[in-house]
Amino acid sequence: MTINRRQALGLAAGAVAFAAAGLPGRPASASPEETQKRIAEFTGGKTPETGRLTLTAPEIAENGNTVPISIEVESAMEGDDVVEQVMILAEGNPNPDVAVFNFSEASGIAAATTRMRLAKTQNVIAVAKMKDGSTFIDQKEVKVTIGGCGG
Amino acid sequence: MATPKPRVKLPKTASAGEIITIKTLISHQMESGQRKDKNGDPIPRQIINKFTCEFNGTPVFSCDIDPAISANPYFEFNAKVPESGTFKFTWIDDDGSVYEHEAGIEVK
Repeated sequence: MTINRRQALGLAAGAVAFAAAGLPGRPASASPEETQKRIAEFTGGKTPETGRLTLTAPEIAENGNTVPISIEVESAMEGDDVVEQVMILAEGNPNPDVAVFNFSEASGIAAATTRMRLAKTQNVIAVAKMKDGSTFIDQKEVKVTIGGCGG
Repeated sequence: MATPKPRVKLPKTASAGEIITIKTLISHQMESGQRKDKNGDPIPRQIINKFTCEFNGTPVFSCDIDPAISANPYFEFNAKVPESGTFKFTWIDDDGSVYEHEAGIEVK
């Protein structure tokens, strides 16, 4: 059987289409709605205030595999004024969860730094929960040049 | 994969009640479960899912970790040092392994 150029091209196109359709596919990225749901679960339905929580992230991350992020909450870390948890979320990753930091009075300062993966340009969100039940939120958009979720 | 090696940096001495900064890093590939191998099969997730720090048995800081944390997870945080003692750091792997590290501090 001989294959001429036209047939070969058609075959190749078909193979590509098949591959694209047949792949289980990269998981769809988490939606902002899903992220909002996580925030609501975390805060118990309350709308978090802005202010005392600061999220620091680079404006542009060249490599999405290691993006340095820092959080800090203004708090005395004594008595009722203690930060219990800070949750980090990424709207555009396959899964919005990044990490949950648990603080205690022995932490002294409610601040932490880590490095995270970002699949694409997206909002990174931090939500803090205080001992007295109040909640705070901050978010930053990070532009990502090379995504960091494999593939 | 080589055995993960923890590295921790903190001051050797502090004054009573001082707030110190602790930096920790552990070598671990943090396989996210999103990647595929050469045959297109997903590579199973294997990450460190929990990190804790205790001082003389009191919890100082801990972290629940998801696959979005980078390989060789790095954490920097603070601790208030009331007395001389030992910081104990624990990393828990998805496969159940526990990696531990201890570091002493002296209050002058």
